[in-house]
Amino acid sequence: MRSFRKLFLVQLKLYLREPVAFFFSLAYPALLLLLFGYIYGNEPAPEFWGRNFGTVDASVPAYTGIIIGTVALMGIPIDTASSRENGVLRRYRATPLRPAIYLAASVAVYLLVALLGMLILVVTGKLIFDLRIAGAWLNVLAAFLLSALAFFAIGYIIASLAPTARIAQVVGMVIFFPMMFLSGAGMPLQLLPENLRRVSDFLPLSYVVRLIQGLWFGDPWAELWLPSVILFGIFIVGTMIASRLFRWE
Amino acid sequence: MQAQEIITVENLYKHYGQVKAVDGISLQISASEIFGMVGPNGSGKTTTIECIEGLRQPDKGKVRVLGLDPEKDFYALREIIGVQLQACNLPARMRVEEALDLFASFYQHSVDWRALLDDLGLTEKRRSFYNQLSGGQKQRLFVALALINRPNIVFLDELTTGLDPQARRATWDLVRRIREQGTTVFLTTHFMEEAERLCDRVAILDHGRVIAMDTPNSLVSQLGMSRRVTFEINGHSSGATKIANHAASDFNPALLGVVEGVQKVDQDGNEVVVHGKGNGLVGELVRALENAGVSFTNLRSEQANLEDVFLALTGRAIRN
Repeated sequence: MRSFRKLFLVQLKLYLREPVAFFFSLAYPALLLLLFGYIYGNEPAPEFWGRNFGTVDASVPAYTGIIIGTVALMGIPIDTASSRENGVLRRYRATPLRPAIYLAASVAVYLLVALLGMLILVVTGKLIFDLRIAGAWLNVLAAFLLSALAFFAIGYIIASLAPTARIAQVVGMVIFFPMMFLSGAGMPLQLLPENLRRVSDFLPLSYVVRLIQGLWFGDPWAELWLPSVILFGIFIVGTMIASRLFRWE
Repeated sequence: MQAQEIITVENLYKHYGQVKAVDGISLQISASEIFGMVGPNGSGKTTTIECIEGLRQPDKGKVRVLGLDPEKDFYALREIIGVQLQACNLPARMRVEEALDLFASFYQHSVDWRALLDDLGLTEKRRSFYNQLSGGQKQRLFVALALINRPNIVFLDELTTGLDPQARRATWDLVRRIREQGTTVFLTTHFMEEAERLCDRVAILDHGRVIAMDTPNSLVSQLGMSRRVTFEINGHSSGATKIANHAASDFNPALLGVVEGVQKVDQDGNEVVVHGKGNGLVGELVRALENAGVSFTNLRSEQANLEDVFLALTGRAIRN
């Protein structure tokens, strides 16, 4: 437990000392919100959103998907593969530290960072655009946790399969960027042509956006069973594969 | 200090593809000795040490460290040994004190790392980031991490590679101090001089095999070449206008072969190396050279050393 606590604190500090990672997971989504909030405002637009919500109300849960995707598909693969590549993980392996503790501490750090990113987003929305939410915070938080853990598993699988940090970075980017635009996380699906919109059914991040946005707008879980089941499946299967594939060197 | 075997390795084999990295190595290491494995790069030192540490799985062979099997008792062994790896790093932005505090938390028992920092002269650097440290400071930090659980055995793989001579000497003192505190030291190096100065016993490795194992003194004296005299030929004093190359080709090594105590004369260009025995060897050689009218400079006499042992056993110099 002591090693978990120390590892968690040190890794958190290391993350915050890395300005690029810090910016992309914490500041960038809030900047997007400011930009599009100023362009579109947050007037309720039922004709566009299908309910009485505005652009900022819909963007905060959607951008939460960007945060989860950034941390899981960019942060985790690059950090993990480069720690392996330059021998940091080798050095840990020469101690009694168990891999499960290392992974648990890292996952806790990434969860906290993603949560912090979401918090910044919510606070920006509240302070500047009078952000509205119809659902329960606790439900949104649960959806966030499920989505993050499912995506972190994917991130660790990429990290283990990629032979080098460079390749981990490229794979993470190739998966993340198209998904960001085609899943409804980076821009509303309503803006996409019909055939492109159908692609979103095949992208895991779409289900993150559907689940978090749905709960945000006040839909009950029962109506969101499909994204819930898909994300839960990714979480279980992904975690099993990720823990089997994990390697120190 | 009771001589008791705390590491035994029997018939260790490990290959990577077609390459036999370790080809049947057996070792016994006693408590409180400084044991060194020396050999050129690729001779199997690191593979052997990492099989003993449990970081690699041998293809065949038996390893016991303090009665434990490094594979099966991986975590139990980790608690009582310290490891300094050849190729590893810490996160660039991790501070020295953070690293020590973190690594201390991995062990059930650890020493006060502040005292360790003092011992290793890193106290001033405790707030520095890992990537701000010099090569020598990084090495000392890794030694500190290897000692943080007060291990019974500490493994040091190529500890002084990449250090300047001054830092290397300081590191030797450090290793001696570690042993004085009762810790057994198992190290690898490709510096023969380091092995000779530092180790109580040395195993010389080549192509994955132990080709000799003993104290450095016995290894050298078994060679039967107790002394080596080296000098450069300038030219015959009778023909001072000749350039050195001509002088070198004119020089007849047989001239020295007859001197008392000389065993072997090697000539490489204008450098001549004479292997031989006897206290009067240098005087006899100088007299012979002067009588023959050979002008020479830079004459020096050296004890034979482990490099000579390696050369004699393998027919090649370790540096190549």
